[in-house]
Amino acid sequence: MTTTTLDERIAKPRLLDRLVVRPEIGALLGAVVVFLFFTVVTDQFFSGSGVATWLDDASTLGIMAVAVSLLMIGGEFDLSAGVMTASTALVTATLATQAGWNVWLALFASLVFALAVGAFNGWLVMRTGLPSFIVTLGTFLALQGLNLGVTRLVTGTVQVSGMRSTDGYESAGFVFASTVDIGGTAFQISIVWWIGFAVLAAWLLVRTRFGNWIFAVGGSAQSSRAVGVPVVRTKILLFMTTALAAWLVGSINILRFASVQANQGIGLEFQYIIAAVIGGCLLTGGFGSAIGAAIGALIFGMARQGIVFARWDSDWFMLFLGVMLLSAVLVNNAFRRRAERVRR
Amino acid sequence: MSHRLKKVLVVAAGLLLLSACTGPKAEEKPAAGAGPATTQPSGPLRVAVISHGTAGDAFWNVVKNGAEEAGRQLDVQVEYNSDGDPGNQAKLIDNAVAQRVGGLVVSMANPEALKTSIENAVRAGIPVITINSGEDKSAAYGALTHVGQNETIAGEEAGKKFRELGKKKLLCVVHEAGNVGQAQRCDGAKTGFAGDVHTLQVDISNPTDAESRIKGAVQTDSSLDAVLTLNSQVAARAVSAIKAVGSKAQVGTFDLNTDVVGAIKAGDVVFAVDQQQYEQGYLPVQFLKLYRDNANVVGGGKPVLTGPDLVDKSTVDTVGRYVQRGTR
Repeated sequence: MTTTTLDERIAKPRLLDRLVVRPEIGALLGAVVVFLFFTVVTDQFFSGSGVATWLDDASTLGIMAVAVSLLMIGGEFDLSAGVMTASTALVTATLATQAGWNVWLALFASLVFALAVGAFNGWLVMRTGLPSFIVTLGTFLALQGLNLGVTRLVTGTVQVSGMRSTDGYESAGFVFASTVDIGGTAFQISIVWWIGFAVLAAWLLVRTRFGNWIFAVGGSAQSSRAVGVPVVRTKILLFMTTALAAWLVGSINILRFASVQANQGIGLEFQYIIAAVIGGCLLTGGFGSAIGAAIGALIFGMARQGIVFARWDSDWFMLFLGVMLLSAVLVNNAFRRRAERVRR
Repeated sequence: MSHRLKKVLVVAAGLLLLSACTGPKAEEKPAAGAGPATTQPSGPLRVAVISHGTAGDAFWNVVKNGAEEAGRQLDVQVEYNSDGDPGNQAKLIDNAVAQRVGGLVVSMANPEALKTSIENAVRAGIPVITINSGEDKSAAYGALTHVGQNETIAGEEAGKKFRELGKKKLLCVVHEAGNVGQAQRCDGAKTGFAGDVHTLQVDISNPTDAESRIKGAVQTDSSLDAVLTLNSQVAARAVSAIKAVGSKAQVGTFDLNTDVVGAIKAGDVVFAVDQQQYEQGYLPVQFLKLYRDNANVVGGGKPVLTGPDLVDKSTVDTVGRYVQRGTR
């Protein structure tokens, strides 16, 4: 009898209901389904080198998706994020191969460049009040032009190569592009970066004051300003976070592949957003999860490589990918509805 | 204290993990002449073809047709995959190695980005043949042979042809901004033409844009009397742009399609540089089969050239028929 008199607001929800309100639960389920599907359908998907391949594919996408998810929870988009991965790699490669800088110094310079562009994006969005969609579309185009123009101007061709013979390549390569041997299979270090970045972002989001600010500015910038949240600072920092992630991915790419093409990265910005959305981020901001975005990237990587493992005709590749992504998002959506019921 | 101990342990474990790491190697000669294939000598051969073409590209479709036809004739399982991003292409190669395919055919638009993946494939005992681009790095990475057209030579041929036709000023139309092969073609054309050469950038995925930019270029410079396009679709755009403006410029192009065949017949396009990419799909599959069954190696360390083959009014009728069925 006493249980019925308890106030529902302090009642302890059941475990299942508590799980269901997590934004990443749909993505997690989707990941399990995709994983089981390809493990059953193909022979090598779950072998050591198979796992290394799809984890590798998911890792760089995942680093970006995590940063983009924070930004999306904060209520903004960054369309320049894809091209930015090429810009940072180009800055590093140009300084190292053309100007003869030590790789570490070049990496530092490109980090400063990335953070400056991120801060500029954030500052312009806050200053003008324009949608970030428009502002970062502008920087996306500008960077695309800069990438091509500067590369051509400096090297006379459209790609910068020759990283392997620069000073400090080995030590920098050890940090950003080495492989870890587990049971005879080489796993890319980018997987470690991805997991580390996701854990750090998740901790930041749910355990720190800054995390609360992110949710607040994404939910309602007006009311968060009213209660003393530094809206401008938070958003600028979020843009700088995606720029930082783009620098990390750019560095991983340039040190691993030792060359960079001026047209690299174009179009990837949408993959980041897709991965974040699969992971439970709302396009309207204020809701989402960093771990979810990392899982979203994992689904993407598993599906993309799984299709190759399954040896399906590549003509249908995009169709498979599209159907798989749509189903993941639909499952996610169903969970979110249920979550909202539970919360009420 | 125990808290600090835990921290120390975590750091130690981390260091231990790192010690198992292997960094990417700096400039170093790869082991020459990788040992013969460890694959089984009998049974169906499986070959993965991994190109840098985008899905739906007419050019790469012919390569795919060539590889698949060879597979049908020789009882080889051929799987074609492609990705324009060098990093993703490298992952597709890793994927094929993980599947332990019997042979690998790779186009190297960005050789350095594929270096590690290809060397890993060679080390795993998978014979690799490179196609289309990346000729100068092919042998160094341990590939058996390279099948393709030398882009610079092809560009030179095109430039020379225009000079023979008495042209004075050439416009080279680049349709993929970041593509090294296209830059090489224009550079080659510059050498072969030995005259005034300008380049123009257009977007292949936006035909309207391509046409109006070429229109603008020939309109503003009436002394332009030759236009070299690097793709058959762009050639058609150039023809209509020139007609619309009423310019006297003549169009030459790389690559064939039915439009170009029609335009050559009609005299709108003077020639097409055909690199016969069907061979780039067909031959490697055949070579890999010969290598596995008979340890044959083709080319003697030199690339096997599939082009350039200049198609003009005199040969267009024969070649045109094969374009229609998707093999030229």
